[in-house]
Amino acid sequence: MGVAVESRDQALVESPIVFDVAGLNVHYGDFHAVKDVGIQIRRNEITALIGPSGCGKSTVLRCFNRMNDLIETARVSGSIRYHDVDLYGSDVDPVQVRRHIGMVFQKPNPFPKSIYDNVAFGPKIAGFDGDLDELVEQALTQAALWDEVKDKLNDSAYALSGGQQQRLCIARAIATSPDVVLMDEPASALDPIATLRIEDLMQGLKENYSIVIVTHNMQQAARVSDRTAFFTVDMEETGQRTGVLVEFDETSTIFTNPGEKRTEDYITGRFG
Amino acid sequence: MTGRTETLDTAAVVRASLRGRRFNPAGVAFEATLLLMLLVSLLILVTLLADIVIGALPVFRDRGVDFVTSGISLDSSTAGVWTALLGSIGITLIVAVVAFPLGIGAAVYLEEYAPDNALTRFLQTNIRNLAGVPSIVYGLLGLAVFVRLVDLIGLGGPDTTAGRNVIAAGITLAVLVLPIIIITASEALRAVPDTIREAGFGVGATQWEVIRHHTLPAAAPGILTGTVLALARAFGETAPLLVIGVATGFFSAGSAGLFDRLTGTYTALPAVVLSWSRQADPVFKENLAPAAIVVLLVVLFVANGSAVILRNRYERRW
Amino acid sequence: MRRLFLGMAIVSIAVSIAIVASLLGNAVGFFVDVDKGSLLDVGWFPRRNRFDLLTPIAGTLVMSLVAMLVATPLGLGAAIYLAEYAKPRVRRLLKPVLEILAGIPSVVLGFFALLWIGPNVVVELLNSPKPATILTASIGVGILVTPLVASVSEDALRAVPQALREASYGLGAKKSTTVRSVVLPAAVSGIMASLILGLSRAIGETMVTFMAAGAVGGALRTWNPLDSGTTLTAAIASVATGSDQVAGEALAFEGVFALGITLFFITLVLNWMSDRFVRRVRQKY
Repeated sequence: MGVAVESRDQALVESPIVFDVAGLNVHYGDFHAVKDVGIQIRRNEITALIGPSGCGKSTVLRCFNRMNDLIETARVSGSIRYHDVDLYGSDVDPVQVRRHIGMVFQKPNPFPKSIYDNVAFGPKIAGFDGDLDELVEQALTQAALWDEVKDKLNDSAYALSGGQQQRLCIARAIATSPDVVLMDEPASALDPIATLRIEDLMQGLKENYSIVIVTHNMQQAARVSDRTAFFTVDMEETGQRTGVLVEFDETSTIFTNPGEKRTEDYITGRFG
Repeated sequence: MTGRTETLDTAAVVRASLRGRRFNPAGVAFEATLLLMLLVSLLILVTLLADIVIGALPVFRDRGVDFVTSGISLDSSTAGVWTALLGSIGITLIVAVVAFPLGIGAAVYLEEYAPDNALTRFLQTNIRNLAGVPSIVYGLLGLAVFVRLVDLIGLGGPDTTAGRNVIAAGITLAVLVLPIIIITASEALRAVPDTIREAGFGVGATQWEVIRHHTLPAAAPGILTGTVLALARAFGETAPLLVIGVATGFFSAGSAGLFDRLTGTYTALPAVVLSWSRQADPVFKENLAPAAIVVLLVVLFVANGSAVILRNRYERRW
Repeated sequence: MRRLFLGMAIVSIAVSIAIVASLLGNAVGFFVDVDKGSLLDVGWFPRRNRFDLLTPIAGTLVMSLVAMLVATPLGLGAAIYLAEYAKPRVRRLLKPVLEILAGIPSVVLGFFALLWIGPNVVVELLNSPKPATILTASIGVGILVTPLVASVSEDALRAVPQALREASYGLGAKKSTTVRSVVLPAAVSGIMASLILGLSRAIGETMVTFMAAGAVGGALRTWNPLDSGTTLTAAIASVATGSDQVAGEALAFEGVFALGITLFFITLVLNWMSDRFVRRVRQKY
């Protein structure tokens, strides 16, 4: 097996379910992006979504905070229950959803504002009325960035390096005290050292948050995640390509003893 | 806000807060205000067009094409736009003849030949600046230079005109739209991908052959669209003509020949709009001026419309 | 061929030199010849040898600033709506409104200002005793400049990366919060550029003021938009179309160039500033 996995002494404790997904389908116009996905995200775990490009892993991630609502042609069907609330229920406000479910994007996307204002943005719009300075410091500390920026909080976020910017985006996301943090290939634009820092950071963050990470980097999934969902691209009869979930299990199982041939082919590098 | 240590309670908190509160009055008011601004612009446009069409209607109803084919006259029942239309067309043709080759030549130099040096950057900055010079300043340039120049080389016409003619007007407006043509032609050339050029060089063509047979044909739709829009701009331009002596009053064009029309006293469609809307006679002000505007707008809409069709039909996405 | 094309490009420099030389040459002549006392007279009446330059400058300032009071909300509002809110179908329907408005020649807006805005808005709505005022021209020029402000600021808003909007939504921001707190600040340079460009265009606009601001032949110095007045551009046009032709009176002829060079430099500086702002946008993303 090409990928090293930390040995785990025991099977994972079944912590409470945060997201319970069943029969999830996503269409963009006529394009069937994701078909019949079922998956459970558990509290204080890191769940990795892996698979070749076009397999719909980012699309699934963007269903968790209703980011797909922003795309005119997107249509989501099936059931996503978040703490047992139907996430796509007609009475659910996507804005409220996103206040509980933070997101970190593929490319660092700090606002063209100061470092401080970036972190303070979320709490401010949520009407936070406590000590903002303290909150900013806390978030930056949790994101392992505080020591590097504490003397230049009023500098532009654009003055930071790529890795620092991504940690700033993580700090920005956790400053709102979310329940879940979604990460869409958070290290793909970073160099190996910055990537390692982000991965270390995730291990610390899972004490407080449930994390879902999309990555095309298998080693990363193996290193950081507790559970892994493997997606791939299926050809439909119509010739259209559609993303499907192949296998979802504990990360150690996926990487050492996968139940599906396609999973094994992918993780041993035979395709993808 | 929930503290981080209380995560175990978050499930309940989350459940409670997810629902409801969808309506955001401030946000709706903000969006409505923005839409209102756009609708006000629409309302203004509709009012403007309606005001003009209503004023012009009696003229076209009573006289029809006669209004277009009648010459300039002090008599409101016979006055028409023919003289002015001829003047405007003459000016626009001269603009095309002068500005089109100059503009494209300059654009070809800047996009295909120019090295990245101080002169090139200066040329580009200078062209951008020229595009922002108020049109009336071009009128002053025309008055100080082109009117005199035209008179000097013997095209000034009779002493009463002394260079204040269609030729000087055409050159002045050509200079005015030149930067616009250079800028749009440059953009069209820049949009041609290098693979097209490389294909030409690959078969041993010279730079000029590549430009002539590959780059320019590929950029032609964009260049033509830009040129038509620039000509439309020249057609509707008034201010510089006032300075270089377009006739805003009555004069007799008679049955003058082509040369006399080019070198003698002239008027143009926008100048007639101006002159009629300042007459005391309400028929001029309230009916004939709007009717002249209708003719002007029809010409411009046809020109702009064909430019858009040209662009949509031939525009290639590389 | 290369040299021929270079020559054609150089024509643009020749034009610039010719503009500056002809303006400067005649303007210098004016300042040498003019009776300096007449430069301080409270009014611009070139045919009566009163050349108070402050009159058209004040008129220009008042006219263009009031015009921007019209064009800023209209243009910016339309731009933000089109860039951030309009669904593609609505956009296809409403965007041409601005494009058509942009294609209408200024003489037509001058006509509209003189014969519709004057009587119907300025007199009826605002209770002005006379229809032809600086305000009348300002509204007309404001309408004229609106599409320019809208199109340049819409470009600036569209240049804001989608990633910033997503970041904001991802933090639980509402649409209006995202637009106001993230998109607008990120596009502020481009929006400033659009407003400066609009101001420059308003200052350089001739026909509307010439036709609708009420000054014929000359004007008294005023800072009140409800007065009749003249601007740099209208004063030039006014001398040029006077019954006695421009070339006839030497001083009035030269005076027009003094106005022209003033106008030229004001717009040059504004365009340069706007260019700087646009560059800042390009550098950022």
